Amino acid sequence: MSVTHVDKDFDNLTLTLVAEFDAPIERVWQLWADPRRLERWWGPPSHPATVEKHDLTPGGEVTYFMTGPAGERSRGWWRVASVDPPRSLEFTDGFADEVGTPIADVPTTAVRVALTEHDGGTRMVVRSIFGSREHMERLNTLGAIEVFQQTVGQMDALLAG
Amino acid sequence: MVVGDLTDEAVDHLFHALADATRRDILRRSVRGELSVSRLAEAYPVSFAAVQKHVAVLERAGLVTKERHGREQLVRTDPDAVGGARRALDQLEMAWRGRVDRMSDLLATGGQDG
Repeated sequence: MSVTHVDKDFDNLTLTLVAEFDAPIERVWQLWADPRRLERWWGPPSHPATVEKHDLTPGGEVTYFMTGPAGERSRGWWRVASVDPPRSLEFTDGFADEVGTPIADVPTTAVRVALTEHDGGTRMVVRSIFGSREHMERLNTLGAIEVFQQTVGQMDALLAG
Repeated sequence: MVVGDLTDEAVDHLFHALADATRRDILRRSVRGELSVSRLAEAYPVSFAAVQKHVAVLERAGLVTKERHGREQLVRTDPDAVGGARRALDQLEMAWRGRVDRMSDLLATGGQDG
């Protein structure tokens, strides 16, 4: 079982997504709390994530990079706002430069994750809010570029094979 | 993506423009529209003329516009060319749907190790 509900609020720049998992809350929490598990799902298959720093405490930081098909790396970071295992996690998600320093000037999203026991499994609500409309449009530009990179990468692979 | 509305020739221009790492980097840097071609050129180990040529390729593909500002021309990535605000939330949704699928897979296959 997976996504059961999605709400996109264009006025408040907010995505809310509800998912249900057939697993106990502790195991779902471990997907976030264990960096080796986190890196198995955070990045898309074309851009797998490698988690470097992983400090899930208030004010703590998670840093990661994603490696693209041509070996190119894009770096990101979380700044943890609050954490209450195994029920909730709030953090800001942003981009970083080549050496991992957060880029103050690029888009961020505020992410809130809430886990609850539900029907013998676990319900996860993820709410993701863009920092500003300008942020959203800029992130969109970056996202579109990534999609194109991915497409071009796949075409390269097809042509090579 | 924007491809649906474009002619084959425009798609060729778009792919050609995006197939180069320096040009993709120029797009990222020009989102705010504050940099001139000469400022952009300082960021790369290539000549001013080479960067000027990159910007021309991006302009022909409709990905950037140039705006005269005093003696300089400022380069701006056109947000409409790569998508409107709505698409940002759609992309975020797709990213999270992918993540949730992978989380499900890990929970289903991993046992206590998943």
